[in-house]
Amino acid sequence: MAWVWFHRFGSPPHFYRLARRLTPWFAWPAALLCAAGLVGGLVLAPADYQQGDGFRIIYVHAPAAWLSLMVYVVMASSAAVGLIWRMTVAHAVAASCAPIGASFTALALATGMLWGRPMWGTYWEWDPRLTSELLLLFLYLGYMGLRNSVDDIGRADRASAVLAIVGVVNVPIIHYSVIWWNSLHQAPTVMKFGQPTMPASMLVPLLLMLAGFTACFVALLLTRARGEVLRRERNARWVGDALGQT
Amino acid sequence: MLKFLQMGGYAVYLWPAYALTAAVVALNVAWARRSLRGAQAEARRRLAMLKVAS
Repeated sequence: MAWVWFHRFGSPPHFYRLARRLTPWFAWPAALLCAAGLVGGLVLAPADYQQGDGFRIIYVHAPAAWLSLMVYVVMASSAAVGLIWRMTVAHAVAASCAPIGASFTALALATGMLWGRPMWGTYWEWDPRLTSELLLLFLYLGYMGLRNSVDDIGRADRASAVLAIVGVVNVPIIHYSVIWWNSLHQAPTVMKFGQPTMPASMLVPLLLMLAGFTACFVALLLTRARGEVLRRERNARWVGDALGQT
Repeated sequence: MLKFLQMGGYAVYLWPAYALTAAVVALNVAWARRSLRGAQAEARRRLAMLKVAS
C-alpha cells in the first residue's frame, strides 16, 4: 500500500497535477492560521513579566527559525530519496526547498537580532546558536551556488544532494546548541518534552503561527516543485497535456 | 491604538521584525509563482519548437 503511494507520488505527471490541486488547500489555511495567530499574539496575549511587549517578536522569530530547520530536513531527505531511488520528483522537491529555506533562515537571523538588541544589549554575538544558524544560511547558499554552477540539471541534482545530506549534521547542532553549550539564547519553549513553559494565552498564538508558516511552506514548495518537475521533464509526453490544462 | 503601536517601548524593534516577515512571505509567494510561470513558458516554447521541427 505504502509502495503504491510512493510510486504514484514519484510519477512526475501525477505529482504535477496533485500538487496543483493541493496548493490552495495549504495556502488558504496558512493565511487564516497566521491571521488568527497575529491577533492572538499581538492583541490577546498578555505582556511578558520580564520582557514586556518585546517578547511578541517570538511570534515571527520562532516560526521562521522552525522553518529554517524543517525545510532543511525536508531538502536533505528528499535529496537522499532522489539520490538513492533516482526519483525526479524528489530532486525537484529538494531543489525547490533551498530558496525558501534560505529566505526563512535569513529572516530568523534578522528577527533574532532585532530581539537580541533590547533583551541582550547586542544585535550579534558569536554564540553557539547564532553561529550554527548562520552556518545553516551558508549551507543553503552553498547548495544554491553549487546548483547554479552546474549546467546539466541531472548532475546539479546529484552533486547538490551530497552537499545537502552532509550538511544535515548541522540541524541537531542548532537545535541542541542552547542545551549543550552555555548560550545567550534561551532554551526551547515549545519543542521539548514535558510541560510548555508558557501560559496558553501566549502558547496558542505561537502554535497557530507555527502551523500557519508550515502550511505556507508546503504551498510554496508545491508551487516551486511543479516548475522544477517541468524543467526536468521537458521532453516527456505528458507536459503538453498538463500545460493545456493550465 | 497609539498604545498598541508603541508596544511598551519596543516598537522600534518589534515592527521592523514584523515588516521583514511580511516582506519575506510576500517575496516568497512572488518568487514561487515567477519560478513556476518561467518553467511553464519555457516548456511551451519547447513544445512549439518541437511542433515546428516535426
